[in-house]
Amino acid sequence: MVLVEAIILSVLAASTPLLLAATGELVTERAGVLNLGVEGMMIVGAACGFGGAWLSGSIVVGALCGIIAGMLMSLIFAFMTLGLAVNQVATGLALTIFGIGLSGLIGARFVGERINTAPHLSVPGLSDIPLVGRILFGEDAFVYLSLALIVAVWWFLYRTRAGLVLRACGDNHISAHALGYPVLRIRMLAVLFGGACAGLAGAYLPLAYTPFFIPGMTAGRGWIALALVVFASWRPGRLVIGAYLFGAVTILQLHAQGAGVGIPSQFMSALPYLATVIVLVLLSRARTGGSTAPAALGTVFVPDR
Amino acid sequence: MMKRLLGAAAALLLAGSIAGVAHAADKLKVGFIYLGPIGDLGWTYQHELARQALVKEFGDKIETTYLENVPEGPDSERAIEQLVRAGNKLIFTTSFGYMDPTLKVAKKYPNVHFEHATGYKRDKNMSTYSARWYQGRYIQGQIAAKMSKAGVLGYIGSFPIPEVVSGINATMLGAQSINPNIKVKIIWVNTWFDPGKEADAAKALLDQGADIIMQHTDSPAPMQVAAERGKLAFGQDSEMIKFGPKAQLTSILDTWAPYYISRVKAELDGTWKSEDTWGGLDSKMFEMAPYTNMPDDVKKMAEETQAAITAGKLHPFKCPVVGQDGKEVECKGGDHLADGQILGMNFYVKGVDDKLPGK
Repeated sequence: MVLVEAIILSVLAASTPLLLAATGELVTERAGVLNLGVEGMMIVGAACGFGGAWLSGSIVVGALCGIIAGMLMSLIFAFMTLGLAVNQVATGLALTIFGIGLSGLIGARFVGERINTAPHLSVPGLSDIPLVGRILFGEDAFVYLSLALIVAVWWFLYRTRAGLVLRACGDNHISAHALGYPVLRIRMLAVLFGGACAGLAGAYLPLAYTPFFIPGMTAGRGWIALALVVFASWRPGRLVIGAYLFGAVTILQLHAQGAGVGIPSQFMSALPYLATVIVLVLLSRARTGGSTAPAALGTVFVPDR
Repeated sequence: MMKRLLGAAAALLLAGSIAGVAHAADKLKVGFIYLGPIGDLGWTYQHELARQALVKEFGDKIETTYLENVPEGPDSERAIEQLVRAGNKLIFTTSFGYMDPTLKVAKKYPNVHFEHATGYKRDKNMSTYSARWYQGRYIQGQIAAKMSKAGVLGYIGSFPIPEVVSGINATMLGAQSINPNIKVKIIWVNTWFDPGKEADAAKALLDQGADIIMQHTDSPAPMQVAAERGKLAFGQDSEMIKFGPKAQLTSILDTWAPYYISRVKAELDGTWKSEDTWGGLDSKMFEMAPYTNMPDDVKKMAEETQAAITAGKLHPFKCPVVGQDGKEVECKGGDHLADGQILGMNFYVKGVDDKLPGK
């Protein structure tokens, strides 16, 4: 039972950065903007998050630095794609390449330094409940924050008027514009939210996961987050399933190897991708069928003046 | 896929940027292709240290250029060719995956000399060089067996290539020389560098009962996990003690500087020849970090083993070597396995419970 608990704790930690980044991207894409710069925003968030925590000695300050850094990165993207109506795919890719370089520059002086990880919560009494105590009440705050965030996003998108307007912008920006909604401003806010989430996701890595900064430490997690959004067919509920499934299979395949199951490790390493894609594709086929992408995703909007 | 595309794009950008390096007559231009970002530790950092040592040694006589973050495989060919076009006459390609691209470029430019790390393909203008890290791993195996209370070692492998497999075998032979019943759990992460995944692997190994972490990957994450859990670990490539002041037992340190200096000197003197260099503790191709966090008797044992290997009195793969199937491995090198057998090692020795991926 102790092993099961340890595995679940590892899964929660491994899934959290994916869930955070994907939550932000989901909102961005629901507003009709495709930002492929998640990896770039994450890695800058990681560098600034670590820097902030190292200089101030506070995890909270580090997390805020990561969020602000992600937002600043996404502001560049918003300026290019919304302000200047540049192609979103090209800008997003450029943002990632830029972010990887910039994070190396920012993080250069922090490489080799170390901090203490974000403390795990401890609720007297509750955290000591066998098995479920540490999982429900004893992880670091980011884990619960990411879950609260996705619930909030779900509520916002489907239960509020503002969420409806945001989705309208993503499905048909011309109609939304004709109805008098400020499409570009709404998209701008969505992009900023995406940047904040990606920055926080990046900061999670050095603040809670591996407490040091190394260039390239996001190691492709931004791309996985992007893929999760697509395979979750832009729905918050499926996003949670996808992120935790990916994290779970990643950790389980490591444990299977350690236990000597004897399946080729190359196959095991591919399993998280396979399993996540298959499950999410099945999920989206079973209920709706067909594409559920926001209709205006990735298209440039230039209001007639 | 996206990541690969992106890496290629980054390599192109980098490759583009060196066109701006000013041409200087007379100076020998030496180029380097790095796998990762330089950072502050790890594989690429150790090559960068050696490059800095070159600059210090030869000063104005040479001019060095490096390209970092160059992905392995066919993409690297363009990067290597860029270095040639920029006038570099001696080019170090510092990772195994650059082997075929380096050979291809070498055939195209017979007047340029190439040095490829850890490969096995050579040409009249292409040398290879590597280090006998298995010697260090044997010492680590002995230390691990002495220090492990559970008798279970946790080993994080990158890719199941002969170099990593021979490292696992050397570790086990060293460990078995102390404790014949020692066990090892192996997790392949199929990456050289992903701190998160390496940390997850270390956690999985510790959760499953291992109490010593050994890694053949590049980041200090496993060391840091071991430190956090109050367990012991070995570093890799670089000094990692600051990530585990109470955890690091020792670390294999790549020290390329003596070799790089001798090759550049040969190039300057006009005596450069294509060679196959595989140096060990005796030629200082690598060194052991100070032995820490262990009692004096273990430290003394490690030092004695190191001295014996350096003097050539002890060979980690001394015969008989028994394979996983219980059969003795053919002894082609006299009283120890031949170099070719170690370089192409594709079997586990007896006592490793794991199944070799792809076998």
